[in-house]
Amino acid sequence: MQLSQSLRGASRPALAALCLAAVPAVAGVLPEDRADFLYHRYQGGGITVQGPSILVQKKIGDHFAVNANYYQDMISSASIDVLLSASPYKETRTQKSVGAEYLHGKTTYSAGFINSVEPDYKANTAYYSISQDMFGDLTTVTLSYSRGWDQIYRDIKVNGQIVNDPTFHQRADHRVYGVSISQILTRSLIGTLNYQFSTDQGYLASPYREIRYVDPNNPIGYTLAPQVYPKTRTMDALSASLKYYLPYRAALTGKYRFFTDSWGIVAHTLQLDYVQPVRHHWTLDGNIRYYRQGAASFYSDIFPYADYSNFMARDRELAAFHSITLGLEASYAFSIPRLTWIQKSTATLSFNRMMVTYQDYRDALYSKFDPGVFKGGAEPLYTLDASIYQAYVSLWF
Amino acid sequence: MNISLRVMAVAVALLVAVSACSPIEPWVKPYEREHLADPLMALDRNPVSSTYLDHVFETREGARGATGGVGGGCGCN
Repeated sequence: MQLSQSLRGASRPALAALCLAAVPAVAGVLPEDRADFLYHRYQGGGITVQGPSILVQKKIGDHFAVNANYYQDMISSASIDVLLSASPYKETRTQKSVGAEYLHGKTTYSAGFINSVEPDYKANTAYYSISQDMFGDLTTVTLSYSRGWDQIYRDIKVNGQIVNDPTFHQRADHRVYGVSISQILTRSLIGTLNYQFSTDQGYLASPYREIRYVDPNNPIGYTLAPQVYPKTRTMDALSASLKYYLPYRAALTGKYRFFTDSWGIVAHTLQLDYVQPVRHHWTLDGNIRYYRQGAASFYSDIFPYADYSNFMARDRELAAFHSITLGLEASYAFSIPRLTWIQKSTATLSFNRMMVTYQDYRDALYSKFDPGVFKGGAEPLYTLDASIYQAYVSLWF
Repeated sequence: MNISLRVMAVAVALLVAVSACSPIEPWVKPYEREHLADPLMALDRNPVSSTYLDHVFETREGARGATGGVGGGCGCN
């Protein structure tokens, strides 16, 4: 029996993109000595993903800093994809990363390595960046590059045991080039521009998900078939943000990102964030995120017939949809008696609600389980509401 | 030369070009950056949280990259 996974495909290349988060905001300053202990939980669409994330950053002398992260996703999935063509499953993904920064004058050099392992997907990513302060330290320019190597397997169930399919082993490579400029504009305003160019090459589809095509001979109105993805993808992402300090000690941030790729996807992201301390110990944060994308050129909810075109996909991530995410966060600063080496500590609770409306992805479970009422291609559109919880403790030392 | 190399070449040329400019008088002096130094103004106040949220979005969306989540420490996931 073939298993199916809801997180396949889009999640892995993200590793390469996220490494660029390692570039420092201010080139002439190393990150603070800090440790974060986070527990995360995502719940929505029949999927629960939860686990810990521990991040430690430590300076060594005046010029070096190191960081390490341990992260885990414990996944329990009975998503719409799983219910359509396979069985619910549970699995764990573990990710470890290490990085280092070297500060020389107004230049910071960063490098690191990330390893992610789960039963049917292994990913390694290396990243490098260089940041330079200039113009009286009003401007920071950062160049970054990352490279990822993935190995993709497919799980099958044999005699009740889940094992890798010995006939399936694929690879994918990722490259990410980034340029970023942070600019102090006034005493209270900082602007940032980010541009990122990415390429993916290799096996870019999910080995579990399937397309469907119209089949009058099938009682449910369609038949499932394997997806066929292009072997390459190039992407451009450009973002701009402004962060403003309000006179009564609060901060307002606005961000916009434009994205386009060789698969025909065009996406817009808008974010607003407001953060304000309350009394002596509390800091409250509220934010809203709007996201909208058009479908990939080879995406269809249901194809007119088998082998309709060279490339065919029905991944939700490639469909046309928009989403709104609302977030609230409360952070409490406290002291720890006797542990005088801890200079500051906070406990934070965060909640986000994500609401996704698909424009051309239908809930095929209607026709699967009630074919007398719903035919393939005439089901209601799929919607996804998800809750995202985070609880974490941060220590500065 | 492929597209990615061209992009990097342009980026490097840009960096070299701006570095070679004559000194610019900073219009915000170091002693005027009290507001900017406030922890509220950090570009990424909580890297462990922001990288997690980036991951949540990127696994469910077609777009990725240029999130601007800069900050010390990778915290990638």
